[in-house]
Amino acid sequence: MATVFKKPHALKDLSMHYCPGCTHGIIHRLVAEVIDELGIEGKTIGVSPVGCSYNNYEYFNCDMVQAAHGRAPAVGTGVKRANPDNYVFTYQGDGDLAAIGTAEIVHAATRGEKITTIFVNNAIYGMTSGQLAPTTLLNQVTTTSPFGRKPEVHGFPIKVSEMISTLEGAVYVERVSVHDIKNIINAKKAIKKAFKVQMANKGFSMVEVLSTCPTNWGMNPTEALRWLQDNMIPFYPLGNFKGKDLEV
Amino acid sequence: MGQKLLMKGNEVIAEAAVRAGCRHYFGYPITPQTEIAHYMAKRMPEVGGVFVQAESEVAAINMVYGAASAGVRVMTSSSSPGISLKQEGISYSACAELPAVIVNIVRCGPGLGGILPAQCDYFQAVKGGGHGDYKMVVLAPSSVQELYEMTVEAFNIADKYRTLVMVMGDGILGQMMEAVEFKDKENIVAVDKSWAVTGTGMKRENNVITSIYIKPEVMEAHNNKLQAKYKLIEQNETKVEVYNCDNADVIVTAFGTVGRIVKNVIKTAEKEGIKVGLIRPITLWPFPVHAFEKYAQTPKAFLSVELNAGQMVEDVRLAVNGRRPVHFHGRTGGMIVTQQEILDKIKEIIK
Amino acid sequence: MAKVIFYEERCKGCKLCTTVCPKNIVVMDTSKLNQKGFHPAGVSDMEKCIGCAFCATICPDCVIEVEK
Repeated sequence: MATVFKKPHALKDLSMHYCPGCTHGIIHRLVAEVIDELGIEGKTIGVSPVGCSYNNYEYFNCDMVQAAHGRAPAVGTGVKRANPDNYVFTYQGDGDLAAIGTAEIVHAATRGEKITTIFVNNAIYGMTSGQLAPTTLLNQVTTTSPFGRKPEVHGFPIKVSEMISTLEGAVYVERVSVHDIKNIINAKKAIKKAFKVQMANKGFSMVEVLSTCPTNWGMNPTEALRWLQDNMIPFYPLGNFKGKDLEV
Repeated sequence: MGQKLLMKGNEVIAEAAVRAGCRHYFGYPITPQTEIAHYMAKRMPEVGGVFVQAESEVAAINMVYGAASAGVRVMTSSSSPGISLKQEGISYSACAELPAVIVNIVRCGPGLGGILPAQCDYFQAVKGGGHGDYKMVVLAPSSVQELYEMTVEAFNIADKYRTLVMVMGDGILGQMMEAVEFKDKENIVAVDKSWAVTGTGMKRENNVITSIYIKPEVMEAHNNKLQAKYKLIEQNETKVEVYNCDNADVIVTAFGTVGRIVKNVIKTAEKEGIKVGLIRPITLWPFPVHAFEKYAQTPKAFLSVELNAGQMVEDVRLAVNGRRPVHFHGRTGGMIVTQQEILDKIKEIIK
Repeated sequence: MAKVIFYEERCKGCKLCTTVCPKNIVVMDTSKLNQKGFHPAGVSDMEKCIGCAFCATICPDCVIEVEK
């Protein structure tokens, strides 16, 4: 019998710290599988954010750089500009990318930096225990919107993929999810295409991955996947926003 | 005999960086240093280098963080408010032990302040404007020639110790033109950068550049390592100019451009029978304490002259350690001290 | 015939794998606890396994290896 599924080489052989059922783990594996399948682990450099995945430099086998909160696209710009033959990805959460790091992601995209951003949107701040995020849905309860997110107090959630796709430099932008098998497979396809866009030197690529936070949503992992499907997807429609037909 | 040119300070800094092998510059416009970016925008493409105008000084320092992590010689430059924005990135870079050169062409503050020259960022530079126990080598040139020499030296120090080096001038230095003589070939110290993130090539364990160590024992060990490095830098890299101090009546301390003004005062005072010496720290950090060990008992008093409300004077007091009174005279807001003011203050002191 | 290997010490008992098995043979093994203090996931009836790897696909912690 042949092995048909095992841990990708680009992921280190150790247990990750994420909460039980947190889909960060799935997304890490998908990125690592793509790196393996494209055979680029030796040339890839990942940039870790600040947030739950701040120390994912401990989990990947490629060279890694940990960036200040929100600054991963700028750090990634520096790494890529230093050695353009390397492949650079940033892995960021919604607080990192869409709150403090909004300027950095917008400008890395509009400069067409040839890096790939994996943007994990779980509509909440996980690491710091459940605060309102830029992508928190209206009426969603968090530790800093205890009565539910209200526009007059907390403003409106940001649709990042739609926003970034308006920028010329962003040549591939797709929003995917990992809430079931079909979508996980689809998410991997999008991540692979994003890396291929970078390998073809076409410009900036980003995959927004809807993700869960069982702990801070206050649900068990299975309920969380359900909640994502029923609540996040209607507001954050899945699909391609840029570069659907890009040949890579 | 190298090439001799009449050049503007800001442009000399940029040319010096290129000559020092810097091929990556990330900048942002802010008076009075923006010509550095102008120059780099033209020059970098000529040498196959990278010039990026970042969206902010915060982004620029983080691009420096990325490029330095990848092992290349990299520089950014700004002026006071922009340097404030870079403080977080500076603290991160210090902790991650990243070699990089940061230029601050100081303008008057605080706040948006003004665009005229000042030295009011001394504390921020040497006491650390960012969080945590870190140090940054701070070089204070006083002429366009020194801007050139110290920018080249800054890259060597940065690489040698994996540290940040700030070249701190002021609006005068950045904007003025002076003759500068370039060497034919720069002394570029090559160092091992196998720690950099250049891709494992599947031939080595992965490199990680980080500034977080969540276990306290590990973080303390890392802090101790940094502090040991700073001790080494203090021993090897402290630079000072001691001028005319033997049996001086008053020893003036001043850095950068003000050091030159004081030299004129020394000549005038000499004619009036007053012997004035000058101790001019060239490295603001590490502060040249040893120079004060030698001369602490020599004068009646010390006088620190600065373009701020009194900053380096505190380090002078620490170095003199109570052995002599330490006076202060300064101007702020972009006003420049005059020779007459300094002379009057000296006379007042020795009365 | 296919086979599934569970690195039980890695399992955090999130149960996601039990929700996707087309043959409903992935169950939590309540007879034991792993180092993390969770009942690890396992397969009740290996013969029925078709090696689709759904369980492995949704597992966030690389607990599951599949052979076919």
